[in-house]
Amino acid sequence: MFEVQPTLPSYSSDEMMTVTAARFLSDRQVCFVGIGLPSEAANLARLSHAPNVVLIYESGTIGTKPDVLPLSIGDGELAEKAEFVVGVPEVFAYWLQGGRIDLGFLSAAQIDRYGNLNSTVVGGYEEPKVRLPGAGGAPEIATSAGEVIIMLRHSERAFVPSVDFVTSVGFGRGGEGRPERAGRGPTVVITDLGVLRPDQSSNELTLVATHPGVSLEDVRVKTGWELAIAPDLAITEPPTDGELEILRDLKARTIVAHGG
Amino acid sequence: MESSKQAKLTTLRDAIATHVADGATVAMEGFTHLIPFAAGHEIIRQGQSDLTLVRMTPDVIYDQMIGVGSARKLVFSWGGNPGVGSLHRFRDAVEHGHPHPLELEEHSHAGMAARYTAGASGLPFAILRGYVGTDLAKHADMATIACPFTGEELAAVPALSPDITIIHAQQADRSGNVGMWGITGVQKEAALAATTTIVTVEEVVDELTPRGPNHVVLPSWTLAAIAPVPGGAHPSYAMGYSRRDNAFYTRWDRISRDRDVFRDWVEEHILGTEDHASYMESIDRGAGHV
Repeated sequence: MFEVQPTLPSYSSDEMMTVTAARFLSDRQVCFVGIGLPSEAANLARLSHAPNVVLIYESGTIGTKPDVLPLSIGDGELAEKAEFVVGVPEVFAYWLQGGRIDLGFLSAAQIDRYGNLNSTVVGGYEEPKVRLPGAGGAPEIATSAGEVIIMLRHSERAFVPSVDFVTSVGFGRGGEGRPERAGRGPTVVITDLGVLRPDQSSNELTLVATHPGVSLEDVRVKTGWELAIAPDLAITEPPTDGELEILRDLKARTIVAHGG
Repeated sequence: MESSKQAKLTTLRDAIATHVADGATVAMEGFTHLIPFAAGHEIIRQGQSDLTLVRMTPDVIYDQMIGVGSARKLVFSWGGNPGVGSLHRFRDAVEHGHPHPLELEEHSHAGMAARYTAGASGLPFAILRGYVGTDLAKHADMATIACPFTGEELAAVPALSPDITIIHAQQADRSGNVGMWGITGVQKEAALAATTTIVTVEEVVDELTPRGPNHVVLPSWTLAAIAPVPGGAHPSYAMGYSRRDNAFYTRWDRISRDRDVFRDWVEEHILGTEDHASYMESIDRGAGHV
């Protein structure tokens, strides 16, 4: 356990989130990666403690080792630095559905207490308040990957009692459990405030750690349901200097590469 | 089947005018890479309407076509501006029916890829282990089917067989064989699933010479028309020829957010230009101040 410092942290909440997620990847795992924070976390892991992690993007780039973070899922960098490139039908059929993926990353606009995710609409489907991009690869990542890591910033709008649409299934609307023949589903949810894991018996997401300087009240206020708290609630280890240096170098290279 | 077919080497204007009719089902594929933007612009110039537009990721190309009212229906699986955020013209059509209501047929990527594969394979439907536990299953055009050997319940999705598929590729040779490499998405399946396929290419060469991984060849006799359009994927890109114009994708957020700003942009850069070369000149002129 580390001691809480009275000074402001020298890292951002997004950096805390990315570093925490990276630590959940182990070397030689095969990982299906999306754009944004998951891509940052996966590449941080690759550049630090997991040099042999295999990163697969849904554009069909397999075993890719980008020098800079891609802006889009189909940036040239991903193809140029890939061990090989396949078509999109193959990446979903042989590699994801075929059971070759250990770990998938997902995010969404909404999550409920059973790890079900919505990236389709806010409001009703026929007359949406906000039309979101939709499913993409998520529904099958949620069921075909060995396990799923969810990254989502904490807010009452995102952590809702009931998602408006189940785009990707966690443990079902009533927490009834995983579909037959599916992977383990969400094993961890990493937010800018802490870490949640599904309870072994109830499947309900339970706060297992808060990030340094975050109070229980902070998390409760931004969670739209009565949040379950683990009895042995931990505090996340803050980012090390080494982790921050690698992450910041990566992001600085990315900004230069994308022309600011 | 006709024998000894060969793709016609022509202009983009002629290819679109000849093959794209009002009310057609058109798939314009390219997974972030090799998106056939020049062809989309040419359809906007010629004004074909009432189209069913099919694409896994509508991207800015369909945001533009939806915004001007080309589409009656959209078949898709992920409708965002990659790395940036929303497609505002798509959202305006779905949320407010502007410029007119847009019917949606929505799937997952895995479902769309399987649908194209079934179309290319001459099958009526595809099966996958998909849509499990989702609300998408209630809205997507899908059914469940029992495996005749194991009894496992699987998702069945109807084949996609567009009237016209349009793609952009790096090269064609003088016989009309097309070569593309890098991220090739579902283009091979979409091309072979269609009744008619049009390809725009960066250049016509004596011999196909891939300069990247995953070389995919479509023989001349599977294609209807080929039009050389250098830079025809802009603001998407062609590996070995151009880089993705990420700044344009970022600017698009501002251009597309407002109906009038969007309309002015289309007037100036698409309707106000006669072909892709003059579009590229107008974009270069406008890049600093849009």
